[in-house]
Amino acid sequence: MSDVISSPVATGAGIGAPPLDGTAPPDGSGDLPARERTASLWADAWRQLIRNPLFVSASLFILVVTSMAVFPRLWTSKDPLACTVSGGLSRNPPSAEHWFGTSILGCDYYAQAIHGARNSMLISVMAAIGVVLLGGMVGLVAGYFGGMLDSVLSRIIDVFLGLPFLLGAIVFLVILKDREWWSLAVVLTVLAWTVIARIMRGSVIASKGLDYVQAAKALGATWRRLMFRHILPNAVAPVVVYATILLGGFVSAEATLTFLGVGLQVPSVSWGVMIDQHDGYFHEDPWLLFFPVGLVVGTVLSFIVIGDALRDALDPRLR
Amino acid sequence: MARYMVRRLLQFVPTVFGALFLLHYLTSVAIQLTGNPVRAVFGDRMPPESVLRNLTERLGLGDPCLEQPFNPCLSLFLHRLESIFLHFDFGTDFNQRPVTDIVAGALPLTIRLTIIAFLVELVIGIIAGVLAGLRNGSFWDYLVKISTVLLIAVPIFVLAVVVRDFVNVSFGNWLRGMDGVPDLISRGVFAPTWTPNYQWASLVVPGVVLGALSLATIARLTRTSLLENMRADYVRTARAKGLRTRRVVGVHTLRNSLIPVITFLGTDLGALMGGAVITEGVFSVPGIGRQVFASIFTGETTVVIGIVTMLVLVYLVASLIVDLLYAVLDPRIRYE
Amino acid sequence: MSTDLDISVVPLPPVDPTVPALEVLDLQVEFRTRAGIAHAVNGVSFHLNAGETLAILGESGCGKSVTAQAVMGILDSPPGFITGGEIRYRGTDLLKVSEEQRRAVRANRIAMIFQDALSALNPVFTVGFQLGELFRVHRGTSREEGRKRAIELLEMVRIPAARQRIRDFPHQFSGGMRQRVMIAMALALDPEVLIADEPTTALDVTVQAQIMNLLAELQRDRQMGLILITHDMGVVADVADRISVMYAGRVVEQAPVTEIYARPSHPYTKALLESVPRLDQKGQDLSVIQGLPPTLTAIPPGCAFHPRCRYAQPECRRPPVPPLYEVADRHSSACHFWQEVREDG
Repeated sequence: MSDVISSPVATGAGIGAPPLDGTAPPDGSGDLPARERTASLWADAWRQLIRNPLFVSASLFILVVTSMAVFPRLWTSKDPLACTVSGGLSRNPPSAEHWFGTSILGCDYYAQAIHGARNSMLISVMAAIGVVLLGGMVGLVAGYFGGMLDSVLSRIIDVFLGLPFLLGAIVFLVILKDREWWSLAVVLTVLAWTVIARIMRGSVIASKGLDYVQAAKALGATWRRLMFRHILPNAVAPVVVYATILLGGFVSAEATLTFLGVGLQVPSVSWGVMIDQHDGYFHEDPWLLFFPVGLVVGTVLSFIVIGDALRDALDPRLR
Repeated sequence: MARYMVRRLLQFVPTVFGALFLLHYLTSVAIQLTGNPVRAVFGDRMPPESVLRNLTERLGLGDPCLEQPFNPCLSLFLHRLESIFLHFDFGTDFNQRPVTDIVAGALPLTIRLTIIAFLVELVIGIIAGVLAGLRNGSFWDYLVKISTVLLIAVPIFVLAVVVRDFVNVSFGNWLRGMDGVPDLISRGVFAPTWTPNYQWASLVVPGVVLGALSLATIARLTRTSLLENMRADYVRTARAKGLRTRRVVGVHTLRNSLIPVITFLGTDLGALMGGAVITEGVFSVPGIGRQVFASIFTGETTVVIGIVTMLVLVYLVASLIVDLLYAVLDPRIRYE
Repeated sequence: MSTDLDISVVPLPPVDPTVPALEVLDLQVEFRTRAGIAHAVNGVSFHLNAGETLAILGESGCGKSVTAQAVMGILDSPPGFITGGEIRYRGTDLLKVSEEQRRAVRANRIAMIFQDALSALNPVFTVGFQLGELFRVHRGTSREEGRKRAIELLEMVRIPAARQRIRDFPHQFSGGMRQRVMIAMALALDPEVLIADEPTTALDVTVQAQIMNLLAELQRDRQMGLILITHDMGVVADVADRISVMYAGRVVEQAPVTEIYARPSHPYTKALLESVPRLDQKGQDLSVIQGLPPTLTAIPPGCAFHPRCRYAQPECRRPPVPPLYEVADRHSSACHFWQEVREDG
């Protein structure tokens, strides 16, 4: 998988600030503004994000792609699998009839791009959810309870980390014959959950030591309450950031695996299949490369931008 | 320090076995879910049952546990471990050629490719990151930030294919058509695919492509780390000591800033291995990666499994070395 | 490593006891941030003579650390900028000399120690390296000589087994010992002025006392001027000769230490003194200062303290900012109603 981790792993230290309750200064006289302002980490972050033009554009792009995935009919009425090479329809450049041209098998390239979004997005989103659930749970438990449990879980994480992502995916998928979107999603989840587990664990450990958690403990909170109401909301911030970036990584990974021959196969439609099918023709017909690559790169880039913006917005040190 | 090293080594052993078991389990489950991979190789032609059984047995895929989904196949695992550690046997291809032989032939090229990639990513990555960090907010900083993000967003295989088609082929053709361009450049560095005539030269472009993603990550990592360290308290102290900025950055900050980069290099090797499969495949470099690439197409799963097993072992050893190196660089770790 | 600098670049004028070692005149520092301009230091003036201890007292955010960093010339710029005033070392305005000369003064003549020794020391180099570095860079000594000096320094600050400990890293020392290492580092080149920015805030009370004693002793031995920056009134009473109280980037009261404790002449100082809990107040409510210090991007007009002041009158809310009125011998206060405050006792 393209290693989209672009900075030292955020341990979450510092992001776990207690929610602020703004209170007006008690002194009524004087010139200090007496505004009541309730702020929380997420509300503040949202306000900052909305004003970030990069974030807004990236989010719009993702929304567009998502709508392609969910409502393909909105974007095209053509059938991506209605392919025929008769009448010289193979590899035609873009035209009024076929906005993105035609593929080597004579399919409408634009329709393929639109419908392909579904597989690509589905795999990434499902894998991301899986990674967050599995990795998040393991990281939370390991970080919170510590001790023996943590040692064992950390060992298991190390074991999984001993298997380089791409190699592990290849080894499993090369044997599997029928590769639907869900088998890819499962493989991605199984191989990438450790990234999130590590982040969550570090984040939880950092949050555990914070004063307000100690205070809640001293007030008699049960471990369940401590874990879910106090630690989790704050520890989750770096996880959200990385999960977003991972989303981009998964889109890239699906395309890569398909190119290697261990991803989705024809007749499935995805951006990865589109690229793979036309390897060798890019020289003559560059648009065959341009459109699916543009979509893949655009999506990955958007997720990275969103993730970066989220990280900046959620880091209290930068505010 | 000795205690730290011993602890790391003790952790290493179960991790190795764990990773090998994971690999084994993944492949076993895949076989259990899909059926005998040997059969798949023959496609539509059905070989005689005896031939099939024979081949299956000899490839070590005949254990009945492979027909029960999710059975961990422990005896098979132990048998495999025995082959690997006692006999150095990583399996064979469908023609009985040992994987170790296949790898030995392909190894030198892959090593050279990896060396080039490492050099490129370290030198350019660190320099770019340091410059961007020092000139925060400048044009150079933006250039580095944007180009690295783009490099990370583009899948390796896309980069490889684009470079091959538009640099090696298109640009290369143009070079080859011009007079006065030395052959080393026009037919070596920019050869359309790897060629044994210019063994090292035609590895340059694939090496750069292989290292490109890591280069981007290293540059970003160095930049961020440098920026963080420049704001650190000890930098203020160093300046209060009347040290020149050159020394403050070059001696005090750099040491601290490079620590995350070193840590990254450990995981980087794993990424490079995966990347090598793609890069060698696209540029037709007959290395280990290409072997994997080819075996995927021919369906020789045993070769893929054998090679990946070897690579995992190499990766784990390298990670261990990086961990130990990390302790040398960051004294705080030695006393954990 | 080559000698970075010859100390003789800064010519030393003959020691004139009438000229203060350090004199800050009407210093102005602002921070340009996205939220606006924060006026961190608004016309701060003070002086320090050889051998005396000046305490700069104030709450967090009043500008005391920024002042110190500006004097040392290690302000983070951007976003911080010195926009006015003079910083005179032995009569020479440091803001007008070259950066090279400024650098020569640092550590050689004016040194500084910081609050958190753990983060202030480089974690990846040994203590011996960080101490020896000063000699190698400023005096051009050899590595071996630097090592010897490092051991001497550690012994000077009473760190046992100095010979072994120069090979240790900062995180291997306890908090108090680390602070001693910082002190050793600051005093290595025998500076005339030492600025201590909250040196004991991060330490236990007993260790605090040890460190303050060490500082006092070293200061006496060298006739060194000490600027002690703190928010802790207890520490100040023992050690300081004079006190400057700062609020919102301005000095609001200055006096010899006994004067300030006996006859505080500014409402803020008074409130600070009253807020220190005392054993004979047992059973009574603790007195607090209402409200919060102003954000430095929006300092109230007139007297910055007026929103929290029980003596405040209408004229306090209007410009101009109250000047430092002469209250008694060497005692000034920036309050229009200092007399009332002083008489209240």
